[in-house]
Amino acid sequence: MASAAEVAQLVVNGAMAGTILAVPAIGLTAIYAVLRFPNFAIASHATIGAFAGYVANVSLHWPILPSLLAAFAVAGVVGVASDEFVLRRFRPAGYITTAIASIALTIALENIVRFGFGNDLRGYDLPIARDLRLGSIRVGPQQLQNLAVAGIAMAALFGFLAFTRMGKAMRAVADNPMLASVKGINAEVIGRLVNFVGMGLAGLGGMLIGLDTTIDPLTGFRTILSIFAAAVVGGLGSIPGAVVGALTVGIGEELCLLFLSPDYRSAVGFVAILLVLTLRPRGILGQAAI
Amino acid sequence: MENYLIAMAVSAGIYALMALGVNVMWGFAGMVNLGLVGFFAVGAYASALLTKGGAAIAVGMASAAIIAAAVGVVVSLITVRLRGDYLAIVTLGFAETIRIVASNAIGFTNGTDGISGIPGPYRGALSPEAFNLLYLGIVAVIVALAYFCIERLRASPFGRVLRAIRDDQQVTAVAGKHVTLFKVKAFAVGSAALGLAGALYAHYTSYIAPDIFVPLFTLYIKLALLVGGLGNNRGAIVGAFAIVFLLEASRFAIPLIPGVTPVQGAALREFMVAVLLIVMLRYRPGGLIPEKLPRLPAPAPAQA
Repeated sequence: MASAAEVAQLVVNGAMAGTILAVPAIGLTAIYAVLRFPNFAIASHATIGAFAGYVANVSLHWPILPSLLAAFAVAGVVGVASDEFVLRRFRPAGYITTAIASIALTIALENIVRFGFGNDLRGYDLPIARDLRLGSIRVGPQQLQNLAVAGIAMAALFGFLAFTRMGKAMRAVADNPMLASVKGINAEVIGRLVNFVGMGLAGLGGMLIGLDTTIDPLTGFRTILSIFAAAVVGGLGSIPGAVVGALTVGIGEELCLLFLSPDYRSAVGFVAILLVLTLRPRGILGQAAI
Repeated sequence: MENYLIAMAVSAGIYALMALGVNVMWGFAGMVNLGLVGFFAVGAYASALLTKGGAAIAVGMASAAIIAAAVGVVVSLITVRLRGDYLAIVTLGFAETIRIVASNAIGFTNGTDGISGIPGPYRGALSPEAFNLLYLGIVAVIVALAYFCIERLRASPFGRVLRAIRDDQQVTAVAGKHVTLFKVKAFAVGSAALGLAGALYAHYTSYIAPDIFVPLFTLYIKLALLVGGLGNNRGAIVGAFAIVFLLEASRFAIPLIPGVTPVQGAALREFMVAVLLIVMLRYRPGGLIPEKLPRLPAPAPAQA
């Protein structure tokens, strides 16, 4: 039987992993809220962000924080471009066709990264630091920094949605596109904005996840199950839901280490999706899923 | 050379069987399965494990189809009342989870090392050439049977209801059809074909491992179906052969490009498949040979 200290350590690890997972999950759910389709291309944008940050950090010797900004910006710009040149054209064909196109797109983009960087595992240029101890619980300083970055990104997003004109317009389109267009909100502009912010968050999330381990072209695809699990558990389309869902999935994945080998970690996300869709399809905070 | 061609024909046959199965789900009923490679894997592992445990190959194959169908029922039941994109998410997650389990349940699947020495029909008694030919015959018969059955299905009232669901679920429900039941049945039939294809693959190559069952495989079959024609069974078979030809041709052509490393070549090939799928979806969503729908006689012009 695991000791209380062990469980506490797992919960702390899970909450930290969940906070980081919330970043791309918010990206996914925001795009879903506005454009109403599950954008599987989130995986390749997480990878692109991770590699953009790698180029900034390792090739250009930028410190980690500006590199994280680069991850956000590059993934955001690629996100706008991929919607503009590819996914937008599928919208008249319906959300299913768009979803299929997005998974093809994710494989195409992932292979562009593979073409340029190969399949090798790469690590960021991080200072080596000693873990902080709080009683029996240990936390790495880099993890704390990641946590702070994820928290700030989320706070900025919530501020943007709550207080700025564009943020309110975005919520209006997500809520009722017809009414929003009557009020003169340009849905195309909002579409571009949500792609920039959503895919930017995916890229930021990809790099944050990579900072803990290593990156390779499959970085995004390996996390896609957890990202979708977070968004579905919280309720697809609900941004606060994505945060709650990510924490649930993150802590759940860690606590399962008590019974399962770590290799099964992402299967936990799948089980979470099945449970939520069976018991409460709208998720914890979402709207009806029909 | 002949052996190579026969091997390619066998894999085209297996792709054709998968495309036929996916046609029932996607082409007829409009249900998107982004994890069809997971059902293929379930069939491959089921038949491999059963026959290694002493079951006859025919029994293994039949069980593969039945087990895959049962899994299909469960997966589709969970999402059948929700918007179609939940099925896409769940199937994608299913395929990834199958791969994780196959890689890690070492006592059961032998993990990433895979299962080798899967028996093939008369493999020991025949020369490799004769085995290849025999297997091609078996695959051809199974594909022909599947084609016949699914073509009958398409023309039957059952197929008509599926197309109605695809085009408008609500209207079909209003017309008194049990939409949920039809969708689950369609998914089960499609999954059975995918599972059987997996078993055919396992007994042919005699070796399966988790890294065979990658998401890209799902795209190959989707592309085969799109090239041939969605909703059209003949198109599914034509498309499967076209896709195998394309994949093989690119395997020979890409190394000829100067200055491309093997990893880059593989990336280029996957990129090409993905882009082709996007282009087909965009410009030929009905495929090169579109589905022929029975035309109703034009209503007589109203009398003035």
